[in-house]
Amino acid sequence: MSNRVIKILVPVISIFLGLLVGAIVMIFSGYDPIAGYIALWNGIFGDVYAIGETIRQISPYILAGLAVAFAFRTGLFNIGVEGQLMVGWFAAAYVGMAFELPKAIHLPFALIAAAVAGALWGLIPGILKATLRVHEVIVTIMMNYVALHTVNALIKAVSDGGYKTEKVKPTASLRSDFLSQLTDYSTLHYGILVALAMVVVMWFILEKTKTGFELKAVGFNDQASQYAGMNVNRNIVLSMVISGAFAGLGGAMEALGTFGNMSSRGGFTGIGFDGIAVALLGANSPLGVIFGASLFGSLKYGANNMPNAAGIPLEIVSIVIALIIFFVASGYIIRVLLTRFNKKKEAK
Amino acid sequence: MGFMDALYFIIPMTISYAAPLIFTAIGGVFSERSGVVNIGLEGLMVMGAFVGIVFNLFYVDQLGAWTPWIALIVAMIVSAVFGILHAVASISFRADQVVSGVAINMLGIAIALFSVKMIFGKGQTDFIERSIPLFNVPILQDIPVLGPMLFKGIYGSSIIAVLVAVAAWFIIYKTPFGLRLRSVGEHPMAADTMGINVAKVRYIAVIISGGLAGIGGAVYAQTMTNDFGHATINGQGFMALAAMIFGKWHPIGAMGAALFFGFAQALAISSSGISFMEKVPAVYLHILPYALTILALAGFIGRANAPKANGQPYIKGSR
Repeated sequence: MSNRVIKILVPVISIFLGLLVGAIVMIFSGYDPIAGYIALWNGIFGDVYAIGETIRQISPYILAGLAVAFAFRTGLFNIGVEGQLMVGWFAAAYVGMAFELPKAIHLPFALIAAAVAGALWGLIPGILKATLRVHEVIVTIMMNYVALHTVNALIKAVSDGGYKTEKVKPTASLRSDFLSQLTDYSTLHYGILVALAMVVVMWFILEKTKTGFELKAVGFNDQASQYAGMNVNRNIVLSMVISGAFAGLGGAMEALGTFGNMSSRGGFTGIGFDGIAVALLGANSPLGVIFGASLFGSLKYGANNMPNAAGIPLEIVSIVIALIIFFVASGYIIRVLLTRFNKKKEAK
Repeated sequence: MGFMDALYFIIPMTISYAAPLIFTAIGGVFSERSGVVNIGLEGLMVMGAFVGIVFNLFYVDQLGAWTPWIALIVAMIVSAVFGILHAVASISFRADQVVSGVAINMLGIAIALFSVKMIFGKGQTDFIERSIPLFNVPILQDIPVLGPMLFKGIYGSSIIAVLVAVAAWFIIYKTPFGLRLRSVGEHPMAADTMGINVAKVRYIAVIISGGLAGIGGAVYAQTMTNDFGHATINGQGFMALAAMIFGKWHPIGAMGAALFFGFAQALAISSSGISFMEKVPAVYLHILPYALTILALAGFIGRANAPKANGQPYIKGSR
């Protein structure tokens, strides 16, 4: 078995194992796993409406996944996608409601505001890592909480003490009557096009530009890159900024498309953390991220059908997703078992 | 409220908020001192809170006054077992410890909420009848000014938290096991050469951290919220992680940091009622612990050095 096949087999086996353990959990909790998974399937593909909503759910997942994956390629672990996404969400919602502009300017302005907000939130850990060698994992976790409390305070400030911002103006909305009617009046919006465009952007930056080459080189070996004359520190900061911008755009999907505003939150959205799963499953490649986001986005949306159709708490899907991450992370042991299994077959 | 009244109000609240953080942060110290990064503290705390509350609800009729204490022990055991998952992935399967920790966090909240919905048919549990009781410390409570502030009407669990911090300091710095624990986290290859079983020490450390985080979660749930729902543990695990770093991976330092973060939380909640604090928006106090941790890491508050081998799986024979 070639290395390439094993590389694809590890996530596939992990998904299978995750679903299998999920089924075992359902059996032990007295639920019917077959009915459960059928309900899940119908929740994702049951009718055009469900498909529309599923695609809508996938859009922010793609962007969150891109954000994590992009930083990963430079050897950085951005757990702060959650916080960057929230500040992006707020920035887009604010620009969307506070300005009066024609659509051709307003919508791009709101999207850029979200990207800039996310980028700024990524800039801080990037600079700390580049100049003071502070580990980005802890800083980004802390920045998540700073984002949560700051955004809540800002929402209160712009809404005169209320708990949600006003709806964005139609000129800044990503909502689409066309896509909505196509999918039986789901909330599907143009965000998916933005997300897919960003997939191309990430691919282009990484594969076709000198900057991308440097970013990847730093990810492989920062000392060798330094020796080759690359500015490692600049690349670290740049990577976190671009990563944060992707995350911020993910927030814009929610602000300008799905919800049209932002409500103050007691806790995290979870999209940023699921982005880690998406990137991991997609092996940090742009195409892989589409795959990972489609899987986790579908699972997350489809799960909403499980309590009604099969009487199973929808958290079972979160269990399955966590297990899949767990198995992908433990890929070493799967690889060892595969190679051993392979050798035995060859010996025969 | 005047200044003294505010102190009498805030200091006991500080200790109540800090106690769960102390338990969990010390759990983190054990794990990270052995070289295993434990971002999963939040998930382990969730597990502890969930188990503590459910056990308390189900056995309160049989166990009476002992219920919250036995619930703590049960929460400790379940979270320790749950922690084994992180140990297996990050020590034996050489998983990325941060990713495995993230998985533990997601798994913890998912299992807890799934079970709550299964058992109670709704998003949160009922309220417990017996939470952890308040104590007056004999003799010490009679000290003027400080006595009523620190030793009157405090949760029993807070007293245990301080004892655990001191015990952890003794174990890590004064016993052979502690020496092994630290050596495995600083230079596992050298430790291995001296005949120390690196994997075994790390397993023990991660299991201890699971148990302590479980107690932390159960203490929080049985003192502050008295029920369990999706927002019961909302960042306390990460705050404990921050306390561990702010305390420079030292048990007593972690306790100090936890007390300080508890103080910030208590201030944030009560600032509107205190005359000279009214002007400070609560958001600054909310983000204070996190901002301080970033500053501590950046070296503005003395250099904080992580154990050298923290986060790296030990692979025999590799250099």
